[in-house]
Amino acid sequence: MEFGPHLFIASLEGAITAAVLALTAVGLSIVFGIMRVVNVAHGEFFMLGAVLAWWITSLIAGHPALGFGVALVAAPIVVGAIAVLCNRLVLNKINYEPERTIVATIGLLYVIQQTTLMTFGPEARPVEAPFNKRIALPWFEFGESGFALTWPWGLSTTTYKLAVIVAAILILLILWLVLTRTKIGLIMRATQLDSEMAQAHGIAVNKVYAMVFGLGAALAALGAVLVVPIQQAHYLMGGDPLLLSFIVVIIGGLGSVLGTVVAAVLIGMSDGIISVFFTPTLAKILATLLVAFVLIFKPDGLFGRRRE
Amino acid sequence: MSNHKKIPNLNAPDISHSNDNTVEISRRTALKTIGASAGALAGMGAGAGALSGLIGSAHASDEPIRIGFQVHRTGIGAAYGRWYDRTTEAVVKKINSEGGINGRPIEIIAEDDGTDPKRGAEVVEKFATKHNCDVAFGTLFSHVVFGSAPRAGELAIPYFVVSEGHHVASGKLNRYTLQPGITDVKSQVEAMAPFINENLGKKVTMIFPDFAFGHDHRDYFTQAFEAVGGQVLEKIAIPPTETSFSKYFPKIPRETEVIYHVMVGPAVLTFVKELGEFFGPSRPEIFGFIDSLEAVDLASPGLEFLDGTYFWEGNPRYAQEGQSEFDKAYREAVGVDENGASISDAKDVSTYAHMFGCWETLHVVKAGMEASDYSGPADRQKLIEAVEAMTEMPHSLEHPQGAKLFNGKTHQVFGHQYISKMTDGKLVLAHTTSIEDTLYEDEVDYTSMSF
Repeated sequence: MEFGPHLFIASLEGAITAAVLALTAVGLSIVFGIMRVVNVAHGEFFMLGAVLAWWITSLIAGHPALGFGVALVAAPIVVGAIAVLCNRLVLNKINYEPERTIVATIGLLYVIQQTTLMTFGPEARPVEAPFNKRIALPWFEFGESGFALTWPWGLSTTTYKLAVIVAAILILLILWLVLTRTKIGLIMRATQLDSEMAQAHGIAVNKVYAMVFGLGAALAALGAVLVVPIQQAHYLMGGDPLLLSFIVVIIGGLGSVLGTVVAAVLIGMSDGIISVFFTPTLAKILATLLVAFVLIFKPDGLFGRRRE
Repeated sequence: MSNHKKIPNLNAPDISHSNDNTVEISRRTALKTIGASAGALAGMGAGAGALSGLIGSAHASDEPIRIGFQVHRTGIGAAYGRWYDRTTEAVVKKINSEGGINGRPIEIIAEDDGTDPKRGAEVVEKFATKHNCDVAFGTLFSHVVFGSAPRAGELAIPYFVVSEGHHVASGKLNRYTLQPGITDVKSQVEAMAPFINENLGKKVTMIFPDFAFGHDHRDYFTQAFEAVGGQVLEKIAIPPTETSFSKYFPKIPRETEVIYHVMVGPAVLTFVKELGEFFGPSRPEIFGFIDSLEAVDLASPGLEFLDGTYFWEGNPRYAQEGQSEFDKAYREAVGVDENGASISDAKDVSTYAHMFGCWETLHVVKAGMEASDYSGPADRQKLIEAVEAMTEMPHSLEHPQGAKLFNGKTHQVFGHQYISKMTDGKLVLAHTTSIEDTLYEDEVDYTSMSF
């Protein structure tokens, strides 16, 4: 493939990775930002979202869009509820102490993963996209006859892939509005700034924590439901999103939603482009290397606020 | 010399009764009643005479033959593992109902290796030291074989793999590792290269998984294809754990005439679907190894573009016209319908092109143990020598995929390969290669190595 169309298709693939990654990483980021909890089980909430999407769509007969629509709403809610329960039964009991929460969420990771293996099984299962039409994309060139549009071989995407990008942008916008323009958002931000002071002002911090942990997991699940018609549900699928989310959150600045989104776009796009032109392994190497440099030169991340 | 002659003799009673009893119920009842006498008949054929055969089964206790089954229950090989499991269960049931091996029943000790080389080696160790298994058996994924075989060699436990990888015949493993029930990639691709060159095109782009099995495809197909005058334009390696593939396809050169694909892992359906989305209506010729769609329903949405493309199949998934009685009986025993799916769930598609290897391998183990009058772990070397002495394995209920030729020096079996064309969503057999098409020069002589 020629360089131009090749780069274009790489950017498209990168944009899909970035869109899903942004949703997942923002979930991880608000959990850390507000609760100071490093949630190692975050990838498993992502996986649960995909697996539930498969389960729900397989229960509902009729047009695939019907089942998918239900899954898009129900899966994040169920995963959020599971996360609230985990918060109540585990994190709350250990007082959100940083070291203990890391170990506890590692435990949660295995519990969720193995429970899925025992129930859902080890197979990858497909979810049919609500709509999926191939779109051949045009490319322009200046030939002997001047400017001309061509349709290069293989330069294409699908309507569903474009919809994933649009949906992710919409969800992130809504999230941003909730965080900055609503009372719930205000309470969350207050808790983030100083949880003790917030509690002194009558905010039920424990309830906020439960809600935030649920919201973080629900965002990961939402990302998974969006991507599962492109990928397939599998009990081991949580590993990559977890690694990439951590990379993104560290680069963007722990707890900074804007930083997380910017970093997700940066990592997602570079992952797409480097994978296409070189190898996917090199893309991961470079992303991890970038984390190392950020930690050395700007330990709070690109958008992180320095804390005392 | 007497050893390899025994195999047809052993087979004889089984073939005759499967001929006589084509109806399901009567066949089963016949198996039960014939069971004991079949065991005695086998003994007669196996020994120098009836007497030694009877003595052989007399001193053997009721203690079962313990076969350690290394199974990919989890990890990227899980779909294969599920069907290797069912096939093994079926073949053990068959052999036990016919009187077992040397009068002793088979007991399967199954352990999950997670499709992981490190755990694979641990599993083999457990078979040898903890479970007191007579032999280890059943591994499919080539990196797990690579990880486990050295340990099997150190512990001196015969290790019967069902893997397809060329590693056994390449000489990289050891005297204890044998592959008598499934052919290897090198022989498969050597038989495919002339077909692709004559029927599909001369410029090929290969897409394969980035580990030992995929590298076998890359190296031996390129070699074989260039030998017949073709050219491999590009070789695209994809990590076996990859979940999204569109980004790899732009590397396919425009002048490609044939796409050669072979993929494994949980995401194979995504792989093939995205390949279709990439090409749209203007695809080149496509030749795939059915591995890319093993355990996948060919009626899945997005696979329509495969109509008219060709697949290598180790064993045809769909019951073909003129299906052999052996395939019919084998299918029924394992619980697979004429579309290659589970009888109880039409969506549970089998790994039909590979799993026959479990069925055939355990029959080879049985024949080997009977030929060597195997009575316990002390006879392991005799067992290996008995298998090494085998040559021809006729098309039979023991070898339902087709006739085979075993090479004792390289520990590798050779057999027919099948090429099917996707027609109206089904795979229809288009070409069957001869065994001669799949032969290549020996690269090792394991029999010259010490135990």
